[in-house]
Amino acid sequence: MDLRYKADPPNIFEMTAISPTRPRRRLSLRQQDARTAWLLVIPSLVVILGVALWPIIYTFILSFYHAPTGINQVRTFVGLGNFIEMVKDQTFWETIGRTMYFTVASVGLEMVLGMAIAQLIHFHPWGWKFLRFCLIIPWAVPTIVNGAMWRWIYSADFGALNSLFMQLGLIKHYIPWLTLPNLAMPLVILADVWHMMPFVALILQAALATLPIELDEAAAVDGANAFQRFWQIRLPLLRPAILVALIARTVDAFRVFDIVYILTSSGPANKTLTITYLTYLNSFPWGKQGIGAALSFLISIFTISMALIFIRFLYRPEETQ
Amino acid sequence: MMVYLKLLRKLLLFLFTLPVFFFIFFPVLWLFSASLSTQVELFAIPPHWIPQHPTLQNYLDIIFPSLATSSVPRTYAVALINSIKIASAVTVISIGIGSLAAYALVRIPFRFNRTIQLGIIATRMIPEVSLILPLFIIASSLRLINKPIVLIVTYMSFALPYAIWMMAAFFQTVPIELEDAARIDGCTRPGILFRVVLPISVPGLVSTAMFTFLLAWDEFFYALIFTSTLAAKTAPVAIAEFVGRYAVNINGMMAGGIIAALPPVILALIFQRYIVSGMTAGAVKG
Repeated sequence: MDLRYKADPPNIFEMTAISPTRPRRRLSLRQQDARTAWLLVIPSLVVILGVALWPIIYTFILSFYHAPTGINQVRTFVGLGNFIEMVKDQTFWETIGRTMYFTVASVGLEMVLGMAIAQLIHFHPWGWKFLRFCLIIPWAVPTIVNGAMWRWIYSADFGALNSLFMQLGLIKHYIPWLTLPNLAMPLVILADVWHMMPFVALILQAALATLPIELDEAAAVDGANAFQRFWQIRLPLLRPAILVALIARTVDAFRVFDIVYILTSSGPANKTLTITYLTYLNSFPWGKQGIGAALSFLISIFTISMALIFIRFLYRPEETQ
Repeated sequence: MMVYLKLLRKLLLFLFTLPVFFFIFFPVLWLFSASLSTQVELFAIPPHWIPQHPTLQNYLDIIFPSLATSSVPRTYAVALINSIKIASAVTVISIGIGSLAAYALVRIPFRFNRTIQLGIIATRMIPEVSLILPLFIIASSLRLINKPIVLIVTYMSFALPYAIWMMAAFFQTVPIELEDAARIDGCTRPGILFRVVLPISVPGLVSTAMFTFLLAWDEFFYALIFTSTLAAKTAPVAIAEFVGRYAVNINGMMAGGIIAALPPVILALIFQRYIVSGMTAGAVKG
């Protein structure tokens, strides 16, 4: 009989441990590491479970209840009642459409303008470093300050837009811009584009700067014109950066609230009412917490599915540096 | 001939940058100029693009409020201080506990590591509006409404995942050989983290702190729901409250807007070389 095989197989982790004085009772290095890892992770984990995971579950449960706010108000289980009430409401569908309008228009404009500016910087015109520096300013301005600023720019009594158009001779008297039903949303979009276009431009510009310039030059030698070089060389290579910017902006734009709140407060006549704003109205001023929870659950579904796409594109090991 | 063509091209490109500069600067410069003017000049027709009688009074009213100043600038100063306190506390706590978690997630293999990582990205994507009802219900039952602590805690829901994610990206760039060397020299895991990894990640810590501060400073939704009195009201809420009304001191609030925009703009300009990595790490602002 070979006695060697009766002995415990050697633990490779123990063998690498430093000074294994009592090998049998000592935790292996890997176990020790795992224990340390949990100690390091637990404070953050507790906070995240407390302020994010648990509330989102609570929201989900709340969406099945009729839950009016106020003292002595009783919650009653209504099953899918809130969701049914929600989809039957004409305002809900109009709001979804309007939110899509905002998302597509503002993200679209931000992508196109951001790309154009990134390309412009790429050709290094005079002062391109200064331009790149200045692009940070609109992005860093707090959203509420940005909204307030544009509200004053659009002001009917003293706004810069009226002043500018008047001096250019485009208008004869001051116009209350934000009260015009068909112009309110485009004006909100313009304010958002000013704020977030630099975000797209800076991401794309940084990606563009890492592309090998030889590719461009080789294509030029082969007779590709400027447009071909953009469409067939730079654009395909920018795909990952475009996706990052596009998805980040889409997730963000879909849940727009701050800028609408401060610019138009969803008016005139609900022309700028977005889905997050409707959720806010239901949850707080109107005191219909059940409907509010159902709506916010819907927003979460959309955002999380966008997040999943985001992870799929971003979380590929070969792309992680 | 080639030289002229090249010069022409440069000139043409430069001409394209002008509308971009105009678009970036027109709104802020107008706001700045208006914040330096008096009410009378602001309403002047035709407009005074550059104030004829510039005054710093609007700024002085906010920074050094006296008993004579009206309530708007006086309360605004308090809101600014609240903002500074809350954003600083959020930044310190997020970095403090977030960097520990980030290190463990990046460098220590353990069960559920990947699950936790994915959970943190998902948390980053949950909109504030989906968490607000439960948070509000609990905060009111604990009588925490209008207390700064409620904002510090709720801001963790977006600041902490963001800080973890950004710190993780920085820790990934620390060469693993360095850790192995420390280990061979007898360093424990916590020793490696505190004596090797954290000291060389100081630039990462600083830029993560800057971004976290920016996020907390920018936050509006939670602040709107949880605060209404001066005890905890932040600068964005103070501005929003004012903007809706057609009241006395518009220029004063314009100065207030400039002051609220200054800390993030200055921070972002100082740390501009970290901006893009921060943007892609966090990807979503607000």
